[in-house]
Amino acid sequence: MNAETKPKLALYWAASCGGCEIAVLAIDERILEVAGAFDVVFWPCVMDGKVADIEAMEDGSIAVCLFNGGIRTSEQEYMARLLRAKAKVLVAFGACAQDGSIPGLANLLDRDTIFRQNYVESPSVDNPESTLPTATTTVAEGELHLPAFYDTLRTLAQTVDVDYFLPGCPPEADRIWDALSAILAGDLPPAGSVIGARTTVCEECPRTRHEKKVKEFKRTWQVIPDAETCLLEQGLVCCGIATRAGCGARCPSVNSPCIGCYGANDGVQDFGARMMTALASIIDSNDPREVQRIIATGIPDPVGTFYRFSLANSFLRRSRRPVAAGAAAGAATRGED
Amino acid sequence: MSRRVGVYVCHCGSNIAGTIDCEAVARAVGERVADVAVSRDYKFMCSSLGQSMIQEDIEKEKLDRVVVAACSPHLHEKTFRRACSNAGLNPYLMQMVNVREHISWVTKDQVEATRKATAMVTGAVERVKRQEALEPQYVPVNPATLVVGGGIAGLQTAIEIAEFGHPVYVVEREPSIGGHMAQFDKTFPTLDCSACILTPRMSEAGQHDCIHLLTWSELESVSGSVGNFKVRVRKKARYVNSEICTGCGVCEEKCPIKVVDDVFEAGLGIRKAIYMPFPQAVPKMPVIDTAHCIWFVRGKCRACEIFCPTKAIAFDQKDEIVELEVGNIVLATGYDLFDCRRLPQYGYGRLDNVFTSLEFERMCNAAGPTGGRIVLRDRETEPRSVAVIHCVGSRDKRTNEYCSATCCMAALKFGHLVRERIGAEVYSFYIDIRTFSKDYDEFYQRVMDEGVHFVRGRVAEVTDVPRSPAEEGKLVVQCEDTLLGVQRRIPVDMVILMGALEPRADARDLALEAGISCSMNGWFTERHPKLDPVATMTDGVFLAGACQGPKDIPSSVAQGAAAAARILGMITRGRVEIEPVVATIDEERCSGCRICNALCPFHAIEFDEARHVSHVQASLCKGCGTCVAACPAQVIRGAHFMNEQIFAEIEGLLADAWSDVSEPVAAFAAGGVDD
Repeated sequence: MNAETKPKLALYWAASCGGCEIAVLAIDERILEVAGAFDVVFWPCVMDGKVADIEAMEDGSIAVCLFNGGIRTSEQEYMARLLRAKAKVLVAFGACAQDGSIPGLANLLDRDTIFRQNYVESPSVDNPESTLPTATTTVAEGELHLPAFYDTLRTLAQTVDVDYFLPGCPPEADRIWDALSAILAGDLPPAGSVIGARTTVCEECPRTRHEKKVKEFKRTWQVIPDAETCLLEQGLVCCGIATRAGCGARCPSVNSPCIGCYGANDGVQDFGARMMTALASIIDSNDPREVQRIIATGIPDPVGTFYRFSLANSFLRRSRRPVAAGAAAGAATRGED
Repeated sequence: MSRRVGVYVCHCGSNIAGTIDCEAVARAVGERVADVAVSRDYKFMCSSLGQSMIQEDIEKEKLDRVVVAACSPHLHEKTFRRACSNAGLNPYLMQMVNVREHISWVTKDQVEATRKATAMVTGAVERVKRQEALEPQYVPVNPATLVVGGGIAGLQTAIEIAEFGHPVYVVEREPSIGGHMAQFDKTFPTLDCSACILTPRMSEAGQHDCIHLLTWSELESVSGSVGNFKVRVRKKARYVNSEICTGCGVCEEKCPIKVVDDVFEAGLGIRKAIYMPFPQAVPKMPVIDTAHCIWFVRGKCRACEIFCPTKAIAFDQKDEIVELEVGNIVLATGYDLFDCRRLPQYGYGRLDNVFTSLEFERMCNAAGPTGGRIVLRDRETEPRSVAVIHCVGSRDKRTNEYCSATCCMAALKFGHLVRERIGAEVYSFYIDIRTFSKDYDEFYQRVMDEGVHFVRGRVAEVTDVPRSPAEEGKLVVQCEDTLLGVQRRIPVDMVILMGALEPRADARDLALEAGISCSMNGWFTERHPKLDPVATMTDGVFLAGACQGPKDIPSSVAQGAAAAARILGMITRGRVEIEPVVATIDEERCSGCRICNALCPFHAIEFDEARHVSHVQASLCKGCGTCVAACPAQVIRGAHFMNEQIFAEIEGLLADAWSDVSEPVAAFAAGGVDD
């Protein structure tokens, strides 16, 4: 099969750490099969390519685009829209594209706070004039442009239509291979589906489970858990109960609680809400003050614990902004973003 | 998904239409909300004309969903469900909106009320479109009944059910059944001897083939639901072998330890460390008080064991847990008497000759600690004047705001007994005399004729500090006589405090265990204050007597009998309909994390060890939704309360609010967030 007739594959990296790119390579020698099956037309991380070449392609001419990362900047939004138009199948690849993930936690702040922290207040920054990035800068030679930085990180699906979601931070190599095989074979679930399991990590976890009653939540540095019993029963906040299966319970298998990187189970709108109602249900006390203490001492960072991977795609989405910016000036600022 | 929804807005006379513009609500919903095929308002939807309107529309307009905006579903959900059924529509495809209790009765703002009603009806339309047809289930009714409390109310229930040959278990925490009534001397207004009318009932219950008495026992836990409850009862150790004890009383006679009897004798009399609370006790069997028995305190004595002719003393007895299966439960746990020490201005516990009403009852009783003599605390002197203070702990913002209902008549009875037995002067200090029942006011007239003085006013203080020679050595009752408009100080020898009836101290624990609720004051809450004062909101749990609110003997007996009739009806029918609003676990997707296992208040969830999945037993599930909310994998489905239905209802409620924001907040779809 020559490059002309092979289906075209594109991979892109937006607001994410880059781990997803490595994960694609973690399928090992099977990458050669990918290369054999697809004509890789765009993959900035590993090969040279120009946006102009993509812009020049006809809409729908790319068979599959694996897009990782959330949408933080105008450039990322542009690329998301461009690849959406060019790709027949757009896959939100990994937790950031699907749910916002770690970059999405910045939705607890706003652009101004993030800029001040990073460019002015950070101890390692030397910026006496408090210069902040702007989308347009005028210099002697003319105007320079930087991508605009948005107030809110959005997921890929909040920006463009997405056909499939491949969860994980990063997706497991075998699951990537399963998905690619399914695409190659044309054996795909209905559009909009998550390609993955429909149950949770507990299903894959070898530990023994009992009725749960927790008197104290502990942090990982406080205990060496026993290797047999459910970690949650030992007081560790293991998110495996609410997290989609697919990783083979990697973390619990090595005595470390699940942090929820595979996202919510199928059909769940809000991962954190599920975790919170579940944990609230098993706290072994009816005394409000004691319950308060158990939560305050055991779970010092609720958002980071329950929304680590999904804040941008939760019911909460982001922290509340001042009313003026939200309601009255809403329409005006949207254009600037 | 295209539906044909019928919307009906009830005026409820002026109850709803007085505040809500019902016509405008019906019009707005009919015009603006998708899939509404018919939208009408009508004066009384619950009338037969209102119901047939729905039925005709279902048939003619081919409605497949119905929304009725009217009163609380507690009142008329069944009515409208039946109307739908009659027209061939599954009753669970009807949704009620409570625009009366939730809107028209709580505001006078007609504009806002109409707006809110429109929003709520819109929400209900969006919800009902997504509701699913459900089929009711039936479970058999276990013919056995549990009665908690062996006072007169509980005994009435027990005997009436047992008369029909059905087993009844009576759990009583004291050593004997009988309750408060066993402590009284005379009963108002007829003045017949309390024991004479009660003890035949007690022995009837004790000897009845179908009644199983569990005295000196406490209810530990309740699980299951109507028709099939499982209860655990703790039979406290009596240290007496009930199989061989003959109740001869030798042990009690030989026991060297005397204890002040705070329970039956209200602290006025003494009993032994091994004791029967009173001679007619049922069962006729003593119990050892381990806090005072020398054997338990110091490991010595065993006199009772030595003298017992049948060797029935069993020091090694342990508490025993009895598990019972019953179809229905009656709570008849009665009341606690107000602790008069909480009102120190009346001097109880500080001034010797201030007595509580229960102390005075025991004093009047011929079998009581004074042999029926009315005497001061010195046990010798007869008082020449007695004050009876009403409403101690009742009708008082500092303690209980309610009227205790029985104390006026008891106070009149005390006045009569004092006049009759010792001829002393009696002063009755009242706020209002409440003698509302049959023959009660006649009794009041009689007591007035007997020369009892009535002083209208709340007593400020009872003091032993004299202000004049006439007050020396007396108790002085200081009070504003509101009829004369003067302050009065009346010196007396004895004061009787008519303490309030209060809910049992542990009533809330029992309510929690039985799955019912308590009023603000702590009385058990009936299903409906007028139309169903016997049942509770939990099917199969009924109330009898003062645990539901202060009550005299006739009312307690009537309620006990009513509870029995309700239960007999259920036993006769043999099965009960169970709401199909239950939770189900998608076992394919359950990962067996076991979060839900210990949560179910009805113990309906079981874990299948072999398959590693949890399972809901539908017959036990009450559809409360606790497990649905808790399941971290969201694989438990709560029928009739599906996420899709609830979200649709919320979006419908907020449909009107959408015009206020610059962009629809499509919170649950993957839409854009307003930046």
